Amino acid sequence: MTAKSVGNAANNTASGTPDGTVEYAAPALTLGDKLSRAVDHFRNEWQLYVMLAPAVIWCIVFLYKPMYGLQIAFKDYSIFRGVAASPWIGLEHFETLFGNDQFIRAVFNTIKISALNLLFGFPAPIILALMFNEVLHAGYKRFAQTIVYLPHFISTVIIAGIVITAFSPTAGIVNTILGWFGADSIYFLTKPEWFRPIFVGTGIWQEAGFGSIVFLAAIAGVNPSLYESAVVDGASRWQMMWKITIPSILPTIIIMLIIRIGNIMEVSFELIILLYQPATYSTADVVNTFVYRQGLQSGQYDMAAAAGLFNAAVAFVLVVAANSLSRRYSRTSLW
Amino acid sequence: MAMTMNLYSRGDKIFAIATSVLIGMFTAATLYPFIYITAVSFSSGFAASAGKVILTPIDATLAAYKHVLTDPKFWVSYRNTFIYTVGGTLMSLAFIIPGAYALSRPQLYGRRFWNLFIAFTMWFNAGLIPFFLNMRDLGLLDSYFGIMIGFAVNAFNLILLRNFFEAIPSSFQEAARMDGANDFQVLWKVYVPLAKPAIATITLFCIVSRWNGFFWAMVLLQSEEKIPLQVYLRHTIANLSDDQEFTATLLNQPYSVETVTAAIIVCAIIPVLIVYPFIQKYFEKGILLGGVKE
Repeated sequence: MTAKSVGNAANNTASGTPDGTVEYAAPALTLGDKLSRAVDHFRNEWQLYVMLAPAVIWCIVFLYKPMYGLQIAFKDYSIFRGVAASPWIGLEHFETLFGNDQFIRAVFNTIKISALNLLFGFPAPIILALMFNEVLHAGYKRFAQTIVYLPHFISTVIIAGIVITAFSPTAGIVNTILGWFGADSIYFLTKPEWFRPIFVGTGIWQEAGFGSIVFLAAIAGVNPSLYESAVVDGASRWQMMWKITIPSILPTIIIMLIIRIGNIMEVSFELIILLYQPATYSTADVVNTFVYRQGLQSGQYDMAAAAGLFNAAVAFVLVVAANSLSRRYSRTSLW
Repeated sequence: MAMTMNLYSRGDKIFAIATSVLIGMFTAATLYPFIYITAVSFSSGFAASAGKVILTPIDATLAAYKHVLTDPKFWVSYRNTFIYTVGGTLMSLAFIIPGAYALSRPQLYGRRFWNLFIAFTMWFNAGLIPFFLNMRDLGLLDSYFGIMIGFAVNAFNLILLRNFFEAIPSSFQEAARMDGANDFQVLWKVYVPLAKPAIATITLFCIVSRWNGFFWAMVLLQSEEKIPLQVYLRHTIANLSDDQEFTATLLNQPYSVETVTAAIIVCAIIPVLIVYPFIQKYFEKGILLGGVKE
């Protein structure tokens, strides 16, 4: 071990010239030199590769291998033949899908639900963060934050259970309140026109608080001298919010918007599975719930995989497009 | 702070009060469903089914809890959730901590490639069906081990910890190596203690996601004796009103579908509330650490 350390030290002095400049990559390095360097390196650092191996192997087995399995979207997949031996059939599944009204409906439902999420769900945490920034009493702010972050950590099943109970036609609080105003009881979860408002509202209730953390962090990072000089100029808090805070956190807002757009096709289908029923499929069924029903419940794996691939491809195009637009117009981008 | 307070004009004060009130309303709206469901769980079945419960229990009774807590299936699922949570979290840490350390070392060959290799899984995954078929091909359906190993590595957590390790000055590692420690010792004796806040953060993230996980447990597990609490709760919500054995008992029991569901919900939330103060201590930091870029 000590010999190796000395070896390292010797290497270091060899690559540094006396005047302190460092020469990287000596010009004429033979293949043999490279090889012996590599051997040295692995002799010294093999433990790093042992540490890295489990995570890399895990990713290959559980994430990259399914990507190889994605080819069944173009195959007539049979369980008995397996992925590799099933015959290719080209784009047949995609043709079937685009002739399937349910699938087309699911695509449009996905986009509509996401659009509502974007319209109402995206601004909510920003507004919340801006409001938190104006609350003067630190203890009150702390308390409110503790409460509003909590729903993020509650499971989808519990959220669904609460929604189902609260919106139940006879037992639910929502219909009780409607009853005070003399309105008839509504069986909300069987009404297609109510599904999206309930779903989007639930999402805001669950995630707006937690989502505000990112924006609060961005606000905390704004240069305080901007506010100080604004105070000297007699600006009001309202003006400071519009003229300093919001412009300062705009890059964060744009990054979050790009991420959001990249996730347009990924509405939280777990909650939908728990809340929808055949009566509300017309507004509630999204691509991922369609994939779940066709694939995991009806066993049409190949067609469902094709639907999933279509979804992922659209999502990929969306995030790349959003990113390049943002880079062009605001110099803010994910990559 | 006190100085700036004095500089607040009247308009500013109104603005501050208005935001405080709005925040208070949103907080109350966030809290209310929990209060409501707790009130339902302690109410009589009759009051709950008639929609009489608003804020506090009506005809308070523990009947729903008695029904839930004497159901052996509830305890089996609770035990299973503990197994998945503890086993799954330990497995995640065993993969993530060494992996994050290796990726944080500048001398690692192909470091950029390995980082991309892991980060790519955040941006693209094969989707439900290929993942499911892969689990089936691996023989991991309906298996405790499958649930634990199948979701062990989360690229976000790994990169979060890597960022933290990278922020620790390399001199720590170099000095320890000079003293004859190998990388495993460096990691265990130097880096893990220094990275405690980050490790606590990802541990809590793992615990919560394990505790709450339901979709894959529902899809991958068939045997009733292996399902976790969340799947048990889903079965209850979906099937209780059609369960004739259950509805037959309603005639002479002071609980109802609503109160039993609410009682299970409360039982499933309590452990989350217990760890929540610890989570809260760390997650704000964690989110900031995870300024994840590649």
